[in-house]
Amino acid sequence: MRDIIESLSRALFLILNLDGELRDIILLSLRVSGSALLVASAAGLPVAVIMAFGRFPLRGLFVNILNTFMGLPPVVVGLFAYLLLSRSGPLGFLALLYTPTAMIIAQAILALPIVASLSHSALVSVDPIITQAATTLGATPFQVSMAVIREARYGIMSGIMAAFGRVMAEVGAILIVGGNIAGYTRVMTTTIALETDRGNFTLALALGIILLALSMMITLVLNGIRKKERVEPQR
Amino acid sequence: MRLSVSHISKAYHGNMVLEDCSWSFDREGVHVLMGPNGSGKSTLLRICSLLEKPDRGGIAFFSGQERLEDDMALKRRMTLVLPQVGIFNSSVFDNAAFGLRIRGMARREVERRCSEMLSLARLADKRFQRAVTLSSGEKQRLGIARALVIEPEMLFLDEPTASIDEANTRIIEEIILEKRHGMSIIMTTHDRAQAERLADQLLALRNGRIAGED
Ligand SMILES: Nc1ncnc2c1ncn2[C@@H]1O[C@H](COP(=O)(O)OP(=O)(O)OP(=O)(O)O)[C@@H](O)[C@H]1O
Ligand SMILES: [Mg+2]
Repeated sequence: MRDIIESLSRALFLILNLDGELRDIILLSLRVSGSALLVASAAGLPVAVIMAFGRFPLRGLFVNILNTFMGLPPVVVGLFAYLLLSRSGPLGFLALLYTPTAMIIAQAILALPIVASLSHSALVSVDPIITQAATTLGATPFQVSMAVIREARYGIMSGIMAAFGRVMAEVGAILIVGGNIAGYTRVMTTTIALETDRGNFTLALALGIILLALSMMITLVLNGIRKKERVEPQR
Repeated sequence: MRLSVSHISKAYHGNMVLEDCSWSFDREGVHVLMGPNGSGKSTLLRICSLLEKPDRGGIAFFSGQERLEDDMALKRRMTLVLPQVGIFNSSVFDNAAFGLRIRGMARREVERRCSEMLSLARLADKRFQRAVTLSSGEKQRLGIARALVIEPEMLFLDEPTASIDEANTRIIEEIILEKRHGMSIIMTTHDRAQAERLADQLLALRNGRIAGED
């Protein structure tokens, strides 16, 4: 018990002093997950739009596959990305393994189905009356789609936030493709895993606290977004 | 602009709704269409506003003697306000401006027309409110204002005052009466007294056909 309290107070000390190592790790985490999210959104939103508005064979099947991929286990994604990037893999010539770029790729693969699938459900759950209203007001089919996308914007935003929460918290994928190189590929979750293993609880706890605070912030933002979606008056 | 409905039929799943229905809407003013539930009033309005195609027969719009091409430009000269208006999750003003912005109208003109129509619909003080939080009467008024800013030559109103209190009904009727010059308004209602207050021409939809009731 004494140990825990002592580690905790030292962890708080690290946080309050904005320890250099701690700061670098947090910044790398945000950079990796943020970039992964950008990539996933840039690819996932068009996928969602095509799935929602496109008419092509096997669409239902694609949507189901996307929904299934939403729950991909991070380690499996890590393994897949590893095979892709390892020296003998198809992208091995890029020599990306154990770099932040590899971590971004792995997390983007993890986030893409989440962004695409949640955005797709936001798009298809827009009331059809919106499509009709836009049409009666003289919108072209393209403008109707834009109106529907606009209508789904809060749902899409919460999908992106949910994906952010997921990639920030995962350890399996980035550990496999990023390793745990101090000052280069160590992010919050991998550092926590490693330092705990080593019995160095101070840094692990400090990062744990930051991670918790971050996921609380994500939840708050999500709640804020959901409030915007709701219909009753808010004061 | 004149609208000619000729010999249209429409069935849903083998259930005949409109059958050999013809009419010529060639006067400006308010045409009120009455008829029991399920008689096909909404269906007729959807067909006339080019939202839906009839199974047989056709509709044609004329400007003078010239028959107008059935294209986007024609669709943009008319609009239909549905019983549930379909409010966008944005401000009251943005809702009103939708039809003008998609037409690429200049901001000053958008501002001018929307302000004018929102005042007419008594929504001027609510222009920044999130439109989905409006009361149902206010939503209905917004739906009509949103349609009128387009300055349509033909305006279809499907039960514009259903499930709305007297005060709101009166506001909407005032708007209809004020705007009936220079455009054709074709509306449906179940309120006989309202029909008589508003109609320049009273019509009945019975057995899938329109009949005049003068
Ligand atoms: N999309 C549709 N699919 C199947 N049936 C339909 C569809 N639209 C309308 N109908 C049927 O067509 C008939 C006419 O419907 P419509 O809505 O035009 O009637 P209405 O005169 O507007 O009735 P109300 O006064 O209740 O609004 C109804 O029997 C309805 O069930
Ligand atoms: Mg109806």
